[in-house]
Amino acid sequence: MSILINKETRVICQGLGKAGTFHAIQCRDYGTKMVGGITPGKGGTVKEGFPLFNTVHEAVQKTGADASMIFVPPPAAADAIMEAADAGIKVIIAITEGIPVLDMAKAVRYLKQKSGVTLIGPNCPGVITPDQCKIGIMPGYIHKAGGVGLISRSGTLTYEAVFQLSALGLGQSTCVGIGGDPIIGTNQIDLLAMFEKDPQTEAILMIGEIGGTAEERAAEYIRKNVTKPVAAFIAGQTAPEGRRMGHAGAIISGGSGSAVDKIAALKAAGIVVADTPAMLGSAVQKAIEIAKSKK
Amino acid sequence: MKIHEYQAKELLAACGATVPKGIVVSNSEEALKAFDQLGGKPVVLKAQVHAGGRGKGHFKGHSDPQLGGVKFIPNRDKVKSVADVMFQYPLVTKQTASEGQPVSKVLVQEAADIEKELYVGMVLDRTIGLPVLMASSEGGVDIEEVAAKSPEKILKLPISPETGLLPFQARKVAFDLGLSDKHIDQAVKVFMALSQVFLEKDCSLAEINPLIITKQGNIEVLDAKFNFDDNALFRHPDIVEMRDLSEENPAEIRAGKANLNFIQLSGNIGCLVNGAGLAMGTMDIIKYYGGDPANFLDVGGGVTAEGAIEAFRIILSDPKVKGILVNIFGGIAKCDLIAEALVKAGREVGFKVPVVVRLEGTNVQKAREILKSVQAELPMIRSAGDLTEAAKLIVSLSK
Repeated sequence: MSILINKETRVICQGLGKAGTFHAIQCRDYGTKMVGGITPGKGGTVKEGFPLFNTVHEAVQKTGADASMIFVPPPAAADAIMEAADAGIKVIIAITEGIPVLDMAKAVRYLKQKSGVTLIGPNCPGVITPDQCKIGIMPGYIHKAGGVGLISRSGTLTYEAVFQLSALGLGQSTCVGIGGDPIIGTNQIDLLAMFEKDPQTEAILMIGEIGGTAEERAAEYIRKNVTKPVAAFIAGQTAPEGRRMGHAGAIISGGSGSAVDKIAALKAAGIVVADTPAMLGSAVQKAIEIAKSKK
Repeated sequence: MKIHEYQAKELLAACGATVPKGIVVSNSEEALKAFDQLGGKPVVLKAQVHAGGRGKGHFKGHSDPQLGGVKFIPNRDKVKSVADVMFQYPLVTKQTASEGQPVSKVLVQEAADIEKELYVGMVLDRTIGLPVLMASSEGGVDIEEVAAKSPEKILKLPISPETGLLPFQARKVAFDLGLSDKHIDQAVKVFMALSQVFLEKDCSLAEINPLIITKQGNIEVLDAKFNFDDNALFRHPDIVEMRDLSEENPAEIRAGKANLNFIQLSGNIGCLVNGAGLAMGTMDIIKYYGGDPANFLDVGGGVTAEGAIEAFRIILSDPKVKGILVNIFGGIAKCDLIAEALVKAGREVGFKVPVVVRLEGTNVQKAREILKSVQAELPMIRSAGDLTEAAKLIVSLSK
């Protein structure tokens, strides 16, 4: 088991430009069932072995696709997300960075009218279930199948975490990059609920950042609803107030969303918090040991 | 992106809000002319800088510490002398750097008879994923204190991005603020204008503080502050026109041109990292082991040799920098390419301070061999086995 995606998942790519095509090939090489791509006006042709379709509706009808990886450039990306949802795609993974916030506010509201759709991202590295399915830009080879579920707002920091986990012999059930933007499709709590239910997942690592109050709310949720061991890290402990640190979401304003507040909330919920980004793997190990000693 | 107060007021006025009469000037001669054009009545001179806290600020190097960036001028005699100070000395506020911000524009504004100050603003509420209109009958400079101490005094209303603020919602907010009947229509106009600018121009923050009721019974925008979503600027050339580069850090502008995400900080350890989260984490680990980062720098996933070289140049242009930590997790970006870029940068820029390099991920072995082969030529480059070792090493070398 895993969450969101597995070896049966049938994936299309929206936005087969240079980056989209490169990563679609990488995903296929990893073993993902890439069943086609969307390029309006090029329907019926084939690019790099991917059959192309004019619309997502047509692709779904002809390939049975149930997931989409989106690389469409920012001005049209929100439209691509809504098209995928309207065509019946169940898992939409939006890699695109730089989508206007108000476009996402509208897209997320549109998706709420559709049932059973999950949007991951935007501005995220994607989702991987090791050895089964990779939808995104993460380097596949650092992953190892196993029992740690990973939720992260960051990209390279996620790779750092996976690398440390794999080195310690801790494989991953599914790794989800939820994205660094102010408005994202799926938040920490949604995924915590999925990992709690997933029998393969034995422990959870949550990597957060300064800005917003999502980690504080997740901590509260974990305290009440999650029985599995959880470890966490918050990036941006030393970031100055009022400055945007790369991700639109990573900004502290008026005392809310600071690392201090988040870490205090996480610790109060019994979560093991890594002091530095070099201790991500060992924090999970520690959380697992603490849980064992309590049994 | 930020704009000046006078620009924010122009946007609001174009959507139907009432703003006090004012003229923007670039020198003290023009200020005097503006005073006369406004009828020779008392005015307020307002230094136009992006930072807040102007009224309580002071002009660095000027003899009168009481003279702030917002000054009431009762008569013609004082106009020129005060304007001269504003144009001559940099303004220091709690939001500027300690060296202050030079002033190139001053708004000469008709002084208002203030009966009451209100607050109205719009911002994105990330929790619900919607813009929210906020309003309070307790406006003025201390709105942040109101927000912290008595949040119930701030009304909040989620706005649908499809329909914008609807007239009935605006009316309800006006009545809930306790405004009297004769003020309702004017307040509604201001709220509608605020929502219109926010949604049409992709603001990330839009504040009117204070919105005033004058003794003559008018509702006017006394001060306004707008920030815009950088990701949406592609569809707003008119807003991009308003950008004032003199307000921004030169190193950050330069980095922006090279597609580098750079923020100047006050410490002495330069950082070069790929990915925003890892870049923040790298700053954290430097601090954890007793160091102080000089900058945040995310070179992005597809870093090129040219990008890395420019990044080194920008970091090294800061004389405070006593050492550099390079932390790259090669995913799609391959470590050997980054090592080659490092060597090239070393040859072109010249490393006079220690550069500790931590590389991990794709092709890391090849990368380590490359760095080993140039050890004699570029002795300032030191390789570290892992992130903890790298952080400890750069902190000790930078002391």
